[in-house]
Amino acid sequence: MNRVINDPDRVVEDMLKGILRAHPELKAAADNARVISRRTAPQAGKVGIVTGGGSGHEPAFLGYVGENLVDAVAVGEIFSSPTAKSFFGAMQAADGGAGVACLYGNYAGDNMNVKMAIKMAERAGMSVRTVVANDDVASAAKGDEAKRRGVAGEILMWKTAAACAAHGATLDEVIAVAQKTIQRTRSIGIGLSSCTIPAVGKANFSIADGQMEVGIGHHGEPGIEVSDIVPATQMAKAMVDAVLEDLPFARGDRVAVLISGLGATPLMEQYILYASVAELLAEAGVTVAVPLVGNFFTSLEMMGVTLSVLQLDDELEALMRHPCSAIGLTVGAAQG
Amino acid sequence: MANDIELHGAGQVVLDLIETINENRAYLSEIDGAIGDGDHGINMSKGFTQCRDALLAAPQPPGLAESFDTLAMTLLDGIGGSMGPLYGSIFMAFGEKLAGHERMDARLFGDALAQAVDAVHTVGEAKVGDKTLMDTLVPARDAYLASLAAGADFSAALAAMVAAAETGWQTTRALQARVGRAARLGERSIGALDAGATSSFLLLRTLASSLHSRLQ
Repeated sequence: MNRVINDPDRVVEDMLKGILRAHPELKAAADNARVISRRTAPQAGKVGIVTGGGSGHEPAFLGYVGENLVDAVAVGEIFSSPTAKSFFGAMQAADGGAGVACLYGNYAGDNMNVKMAIKMAERAGMSVRTVVANDDVASAAKGDEAKRRGVAGEILMWKTAAACAAHGATLDEVIAVAQKTIQRTRSIGIGLSSCTIPAVGKANFSIADGQMEVGIGHHGEPGIEVSDIVPATQMAKAMVDAVLEDLPFARGDRVAVLISGLGATPLMEQYILYASVAELLAEAGVTVAVPLVGNFFTSLEMMGVTLSVLQLDDELEALMRHPCSAIGLTVGAAQG
Repeated sequence: MANDIELHGAGQVVLDLIETINENRAYLSEIDGAIGDGDHGINMSKGFTQCRDALLAAPQPPGLAESFDTLAMTLLDGIGGSMGPLYGSIFMAFGEKLAGHERMDARLFGDALAQAVDAVHTVGEAKVGDKTLMDTLVPARDAYLASLAAGADFSAALAAMVAAAETGWQTTRALQARVGRAARLGERSIGALDAGATSSFLLLRTLASSLHSRLQ
């Protein structure tokens, strides 16, 4: 595969070098290059917002470190959980004395490393609470939500929780907002092609030309069904139907909608999909108060898209509209 | 034969564990390659070697509790994914249980072993039969504690632990993976040993022989 890399075993290190050079508002921890935080973190008296995960999903996770967003992230190898020490390091980097909210996705490795990191944090006298995102409706049946994976809905959870923390809320209040956000968020993905981890050199899984996989995970986890490719309007219908009926969303709801490309699907196609999604939601009596379209949470060079829908209330809508600024998401005019 | 071990001079036990992992680096990766990504031996060796460097750099040879703690922290630092937290939690439990004790008798080792297995269960949430290191660890703990309850001495209980660990490890060949990355393969995971069950058998066997030699 033709790639813009140096050494396939050092793509994460090399990416981090570029990120830090391009973004002086970010810094790496002095003792751990895999911990990236706001240069101004920790902020005394503010609840720290932490996340982390494997690399290859850029701008997730480190691209959401910024003003009124995430304070610090732990960075893993491609599609592999960060170490417990890195999660702990991110917690330390974000801890301004008011506690730390660690908001991450439901994957075995991340769960284990966060648990160990919390143990280290407790030894260090820190107060850490977690919310685990499980917004992917395709990854387990309704009623078995605890087994569902976290996908792009995580971004909405970071956004609202971080805005809440920026208003001076307590750790319990921030956790409650993160919990409410992810409980009211549903996501689904469609994959059109596979991706290759540079150091592995062969495709992670396969999708035949002309086929699509509905419900695919961010690492090629099996979806609900494989079928022939259909027009964007029908993709939108399958995705909107799956998401709306699961929560369920109701006529009169106001929502935030996040469409993300998986890495190799052009923005043009993402907007083609959004046009249909917006129309279908309008037909269902659902008002899109906050639309987001772009490459928010990718999987290397996978072709495909994800749809996440968050059922807003007044509190969540205000938090979604609160200004923020980061590589991956900027809303309004951020205050420093 | 003694019935307990002086802990301050027993840090070498952890160096023996490290040597076992390094000696089996290629073997563990080969086993992992059948149904995993083939990096188990490389990852484990990387983490364990970092611990050896830390232990050998200490001005005074650390005791056994401190050595377990160093091993736990270097694994948590050096290995991401799942194996860092799983093995880190095992050795952290040993370090915590032994801390503050001058000597370790059969009962204290049993308490530490039980706490280690509980810790890995809490972190990993796998059960016996899921084709993971629990298939080695749970029968090993049960055999050790049962043997002790039946009146065996420290050495005999350690021997019972290793025998049960080996049997449990070998059961993973016929199991279908239900958790971890190999679960993606479904039935295709049957027929291969589990890499984590293999490394945990090798570690328990070395742990037993290293402790046994100190009871002579």
